[in-house]
Amino acid sequence: MIYREAGDFKTGYRADGQTFPIRLDRWGYYAALAVAFGIIPFVINNYWANAVLVPFLIYAIAALGLNILTGYAGQVSLGTGGFMAVGAYAVYKLMTSFPEVSILIHILLAGGITAAVGVLFGLPSLRIKGFYLAVATLAAQFFLVWLFNKVPWFYNYSASGQINAPTRTVMDIAVTGPTASAPAKYLVCLVFAFALAWLARNLTRGSLGRKWMAIRDMDIAAEIIGVDPLRAKLSAFAVSSFFIGIAGALLFAVYLGAAEVGEAFGINKSFLVLFMIIIGGLGSIFGSFAGAAFLVVLPVLLKNVFVGGMGWPTDLAAHIELMIVGLLIMVFLIVEPHGLARLWSLAKEKLRLWPFPH
Amino acid sequence: MNDMSTGGYVTADGRQIGGTLMELKNITLRFGGVVAIKDISFDIRQGEIRAIIGPNGAGKSSMLNIISGFYVPQEGEVWFKGERRGPMKPFQVARLGIARTFQNIALFDGMSVLDNIMTGRLNKMKAGFLSQALWWGAAEREEIANREAVEKVIDFLEIQNIRKTPVGRLPYGLKKRVELARALAAEPQLLLLDEPMAGMNVEEKEDMSRFILDVNDEFGTTICLIEHDMGVVMDLSDRVVVMDYGKKIGDGTPSEVRANQEVIDAYLGVAHD
Amino acid sequence: MDQLYFAAEVMVNGLMTGVMYALVALGFVLIFKASGVFNFAQGVMALFAAMTLVGIQQGQIPFAHLINAVFGTHLHNFGWTVPSLLAILLTACVMVLLAFLIEKLVLQHLVGQEPIILFMATIGLAYFLEGFGDVMWGAEIKALDVGLPQGISDTVDELTLNWLGYGFFIDRLDIWATVIAALLVTALVLFAQYTKQGRAMRAVADDHQAALSVGISLRFIWVMVWSIAGFVALVAGIMWGTKSGVQFSLSLIALKALPVLMLGGFTSIPGAIVGGLIIGVGEKLFEFFAGPLIGGATETWFAYVLALIFLVFRPQGLFGERIIERV
Repeated sequence: MIYREAGDFKTGYRADGQTFPIRLDRWGYYAALAVAFGIIPFVINNYWANAVLVPFLIYAIAALGLNILTGYAGQVSLGTGGFMAVGAYAVYKLMTSFPEVSILIHILLAGGITAAVGVLFGLPSLRIKGFYLAVATLAAQFFLVWLFNKVPWFYNYSASGQINAPTRTVMDIAVTGPTASAPAKYLVCLVFAFALAWLARNLTRGSLGRKWMAIRDMDIAAEIIGVDPLRAKLSAFAVSSFFIGIAGALLFAVYLGAAEVGEAFGINKSFLVLFMIIIGGLGSIFGSFAGAAFLVVLPVLLKNVFVGGMGWPTDLAAHIELMIVGLLIMVFLIVEPHGLARLWSLAKEKLRLWPFPH
Repeated sequence: MNDMSTGGYVTADGRQIGGTLMELKNITLRFGGVVAIKDISFDIRQGEIRAIIGPNGAGKSSMLNIISGFYVPQEGEVWFKGERRGPMKPFQVARLGIARTFQNIALFDGMSVLDNIMTGRLNKMKAGFLSQALWWGAAEREEIANREAVEKVIDFLEIQNIRKTPVGRLPYGLKKRVELARALAAEPQLLLLDEPMAGMNVEEKEDMSRFILDVNDEFGTTICLIEHDMGVVMDLSDRVVVMDYGKKIGDGTPSEVRANQEVIDAYLGVAHD
Repeated sequence: MDQLYFAAEVMVNGLMTGVMYALVALGFVLIFKASGVFNFAQGVMALFAAMTLVGIQQGQIPFAHLINAVFGTHLHNFGWTVPSLLAILLTACVMVLLAFLIEKLVLQHLVGQEPIILFMATIGLAYFLEGFGDVMWGAEIKALDVGLPQGISDTVDELTLNWLGYGFFIDRLDIWATVIAALLVTALVLFAQYTKQGRAMRAVADDHQAALSVGISLRFIWVMVWSIAGFVALVAGIMWGTKSGVQFSLSLIALKALPVLMLGGFTSIPGAIVGGLIIGVGEKLFEFFAGPLIGGATETWFAYVLALIFLVFRPQGLFGERIIERV
């Protein structure tokens, strides 16, 4: 009986267009922010940061990025891993070449560089569609990984071919490198995730977002009502790659600390992020977070159950995880192609009417 | 009937029709070896309701697709507002002030009715990328201004109650109406309607006819429509082009066309040899 | 001169790889034509087939790892080996069963969905099958030997040495693989063109509704094409498994069939064959000439980039029909 919109009258188009039109949702959102910014940083430990929260925030950014391209603009990409690698190597080169500049600026620049690369690989999207495009983005995936593997300039000629994040600070607190503390890593990722989610929400609610969705739903009709398909698609590639580049930069610099391109940014990463948005919900910002949380927590949970609880070997648990993830993807696509986000909104719709079913 | 060559005329119900808005000269369209449209010329005047009729496969939809820039004819010229239109992409044509609806409804199924209609105003929204990203300044202002314009269209077409419904859930007749709303939201100078009444029942047809007349009357929008239902066409339109097998076989007021022997043959079916 | 011969040798090897690509690509084309599903799992199906074959051949106990983990036992083998031919037959049965299950449990529930949703579902299927195969047979790299001849062919070496003064090094396995693949490709083309089932399959490909209305069973056709695709995967799995061991990378090699299809057009059987040959030869020659200059291992991406560039200029592929868009 609490979750109601009755009596909550909107008196202007501005109020009608706000992100959380229902009062309780708004409160929930503020409460979540208060916990995320005000409580977690003081109680977080290394295990929670490294196993759950930091990867969750980073993958949420990547999922937001892919969701803009796939969920909103309808262009399926299997090149996410490759674009994350661009972000990672860009931030690595920037960090090592200009150590005096703030790491935050480097991360943003890495996003910008990835956006440029994304536009380049997005150019064919004007001519090819659907899974033709999906396969074409595999070209980006395989080519970029090969490039970072074979051109020594990218990894500063290191003997191992790996890249290692040196220590960089924000306001004299280390956020990258081996000395970075759990709260510092968490906060950096949280700030980026929050700011980018807000940007994504704004971009998808206005005219650009409507152009993307029009192209997604029916590209020919979109063009006939006046949407320039090239600009709409390329802007989606650019914004999406910007997000994904930042996720890649954070993944390498803040989370992993050291990376080998084939291992950290291989095709499986592309699939992982794609699965996140399928499970979370295509075309939903909340879904990007939900999907990332789901697929970050699931392996941790399974590992705890199978390896920790039942004493199974790790490789067996990993194989079962593959099965479960694959199964979930099929189940979600069959039962609810709009993912957790739709389930959530259906639940809310029920709740809004509760206890009266009709 | 006034002199049609110099510009305006006055319709039977007393509306003043202006000069030429669009003129098609000697249009020929081929798909590979198939000639879909053969050397057709006609004009559309400011403020009139112009119909294109003809049996199935006569090339009516292709004609509309040429006007909206989706097909580019191999031969012929398209003139709009006194200027010859060069080769253009459909989105550029839309920006000239030409909006349309589709024979098989082409709404954006993943969006709400409101968002669908808002897409009709995309060309009026000019806020920069940064303003949109931060939702500050121009972006928010123009969103609200355009929302007001869209609400007027929603009122006009009497679809207030389904504003926030996803279009996928709407019945056929309402989808057609939403599509019309999307086209109207663009405030076009020329509105193209591709079989606006196809598949509707009598009541829905009456509603749609009323809306078409009201649009023309209240906003002064020039309308070019394709329709199968002869009765409706004859009642609605000021002048009619009749097509058959890609050729123009008649052009004039409904009563003139009705009296045209070739038209009667095409509709009643005379052996072609 | 030797350089030229060497390039020719590279090209012949490329052609042979190309035939293999064509074979896997055919599996895609069949499924795509008949059900509109772009089966991303084709590569993993080849891997799964090869794993199953090795498992049956060596008398492995299925799910041994899982059973051991749950019951604390130490099971591994039944203690027998199965003759190659019988093992291949049994594996073929497993693949048919798999096709049936995929149709029953997945495809049927996705009828009428957008192609891209189906495509993503097959990515899920690929993950599931990979995990399933690993749980069933173990993930370690396995050697596969069904008695195909291997090693450099002395006959070819001697013949070419006598004729041209340059001995071509060609693996006997490649020759056999090419012959078998070519035979299979021919058989499939004949099947699709001239048998009743083949015609029904093409009818389904053209128009599901119309095919239903003339009394063709969609379910039967789907199970059939997925079975054929499973069989094709088995053959491809045998060839590649014999060559480089049964391991995960096998499924990635099979993914090369995707650019092959983009080149050839998704609905064209000759396209799959020609596309396969072009990519096989192209990537080997590119690696031979350009590889040393830019760091090598270009085979990982060459096919995709070639297909991408090609598609920008001809979106419908080599043999695909021109797309006329309508509203």
